[in-house]
Amino acid sequence: MKELMLGNEAIARGAYEAGVTVVSSYPGTPSTEITECVARNYQDIYSEWAPNEKVAMEVVIGAAMAGARSLTAMKHVGLNVAADPLFTVSYTGINGGLVIVVADDPGMHSSQNEQDSRHYARAAKLPMLEPADSQECKDFVKTAYEISEKYDTPVLVRLSTRVSHSLSTVDLEERVAYELKEYKKDIGKYVMMPGMARKRHLIIEERMASLKTFAEKSPLNQVYWGDRKIGVISSGIAYQYAREAFGNVSYLKLGMVNPLPEKLIADFAAEVDTLYVVEELEPFLEEQIKALGIKVIGKDRLPVTGELNSSILREKLLGEGGEAEPLSAGEVPGRPPVMCPGCPHRATFHVLKKLKLTVVGDIGCYTLGALPPVGAMDICVCMGASIGIAHGMEKARGRDFAGKTVAVIGDSTFIHSGITGLIDLVYNKGTSTVIILDNSITGMTGHQENPTTGYTIKGEPTKQVNLVKLGEAIGIERIKIVDPFNLRELEEIIKEELAVDEPSLIIAQRPCALLKKANYTGYAIIENELCKHCKQCLTIACPAIVDKGDYIEIDDSLCNGCMLCAEKCPFDAIVKVGGGDE
Amino acid sequence: MNEINIMIVGVGGQGTLLASRIIGNVAINSDYDVKLSEIHGMAQRGGSVITSVKLADKVYSPIIEEGEADIILAFEELEALRWLDYLSAEGRMIINKQQILPSSVQTGQALYPEGIVEKIREINENTISVDALSMARECGTSRAVNTVLIGIMASFLDFPKKMWLAALEKLVPARYLAANLKAFEKGYNYRLQ
Repeated sequence: MKELMLGNEAIARGAYEAGVTVVSSYPGTPSTEITECVARNYQDIYSEWAPNEKVAMEVVIGAAMAGARSLTAMKHVGLNVAADPLFTVSYTGINGGLVIVVADDPGMHSSQNEQDSRHYARAAKLPMLEPADSQECKDFVKTAYEISEKYDTPVLVRLSTRVSHSLSTVDLEERVAYELKEYKKDIGKYVMMPGMARKRHLIIEERMASLKTFAEKSPLNQVYWGDRKIGVISSGIAYQYAREAFGNVSYLKLGMVNPLPEKLIADFAAEVDTLYVVEELEPFLEEQIKALGIKVIGKDRLPVTGELNSSILREKLLGEGGEAEPLSAGEVPGRPPVMCPGCPHRATFHVLKKLKLTVVGDIGCYTLGALPPVGAMDICVCMGASIGIAHGMEKARGRDFAGKTVAVIGDSTFIHSGITGLIDLVYNKGTSTVIILDNSITGMTGHQENPTTGYTIKGEPTKQVNLVKLGEAIGIERIKIVDPFNLRELEEIIKEELAVDEPSLIIAQRPCALLKKANYTGYAIIENELCKHCKQCLTIACPAIVDKGDYIEIDDSLCNGCMLCAEKCPFDAIVKVGGGDE
Repeated sequence: MNEINIMIVGVGGQGTLLASRIIGNVAINSDYDVKLSEIHGMAQRGGSVITSVKLADKVYSPIIEEGEADIILAFEELEALRWLDYLSAEGRMIINKQQILPSSVQTGQALYPEGIVEKIREINENTISVDALSMARECGTSRAVNTVLIGIMASFLDFPKKMWLAALEKLVPARYLAANLKAFEKGYNYRLQ
């Protein structure tokens, strides 16, 4: 039976068919649907959202050591968080098969950098497979488990946005019955202290040598002979672009990008007149191929930034211009993403902007607060970073600066990696004010539960992190909870907490506007006879409120009746219609 | 078989994803190879969204590039203009008569271009502009705008109508199905009027 599947769904299917029984991940675009799909479709697999990628990695390491087949999936920057266990599980090896899926985001559709995860495979001495469509996503995951168990190694599977989020057909097969491997205590293998690790390192070097031999013969790497004037070495989505741009030439498609099959590459190179290496981001393949003494054309002509496509390859490698003149649409105003109508973050940022504070931000929907028309964020580096950065700024510039600075962080991001930053702030006598933007969900990645929501990935009730008690336990004496839509109260609290000489935690609590429990009803209208056109309502930068020049209008198809604008109106000109509670 | 490249463009939240999945489902039940490309994540927060559907004997790259689209199904006028360069010379633009103002226009930093449909029609005489929202409302739900537009597009493609209906039955939740089937019919018969 064939089915149309996202690359991510096909990864989940591959795990299912391979007999995987444990999946633990933290959401991150473009990898999120892998774990969502497992939780939704495959009840034979235990799945969970972990607080962050490091914990997720440790959970699947535990499952693998205990003898099960297990999988974790994360975005490229998530692998940075999980890098510590990654580098050492390479040494311990596994028991049941372990697959780590990492989704890169060339072009940064929804990421803060475009690092190339293939470098992790080399650095951690692990095999890495790279599928180019959904069928390969499924097949390669199954092959990855065979490699994992045969060579006693975790296996990395690298995706990119265009593989994760493209759909193509997949042939479905049955799930294999996988029996738990026996668990035996073996401190020489599983306890990594210097004495044991030195011995394991030798084994890991032997393993990589064996994998190199495997790569020479593995059907993961395929040669397609066509015209031998041109040869192309490529992998993953870049291979698909190359196929379109070059047509009937010869290809060496690498399904395994670490370690490389050096002899296969040299033999292929010897058969073609001109050799191109086509890869997105870093010259990862190219540098290794050049080190073999083989002449190639690659990043001397292709960009190391952004995505490739077949037009870029035609232009840069084949010297072909665009066949037709573009139709030219002229100037078209951009449409960047914005905070939704009813978003609780809009209210918080409105106050922060009004108070002209330095706002250290973080990763989530609220990062949109940096963009116009909100424009109330100064810094955003990575998940969990806002608190540490605010603390560092205080230590550099002093107490007065901290009195005009706040760190903002989402509920899920706080759990992910903000807690340790907060402990540092308290322990090292900082006075910064931290605002947890608690919207009761992991928002930007599309509504995943987390330890603050009180529900598991399956929607089952569970223990809920108590943010107030957590703050108290680490020594914060000033903790305030506020509904950010109460603009005046929020402003007063922020001013008060900035003024005191000790750390403060403000929990701005209101559910994401897209959640049922936000409970918005009806919509707002402006009564024109009361409106004095003071434009106060426009200052909240809601996408539903439109300045028509002579008058201001609320677009009823966008408005959800959150009534934040009414809070701003000094003339009570904004009233609610519908929703049954006027 | 001819290659068919279809782009669906709109604003996050308009239902473009369902539309591309329906086309994809029709395609896999034919003899075509098919690939769809979507962008998730940030784009869902009211940003510009685009999905591509490519059909051919064998599809390699999942993305449609400039000048390659045979049909662009635009859920919103400004988005039609934004992606115009992707239309092939013989292509067809199907535009829903709806304008959703981007934040730059709302705050007065940019102007929403006037006469978009006329501008596009000057370049592409196959352009169709329809009020799919009104048509959907006549079928009982404003949420079926995407199905009206799919119906119109289906009338320009060679797949049997029953394949479209089967795809709708598979992908639309049961409680909305009746209204969506009506909306599809309305779109499918639009050319006859």
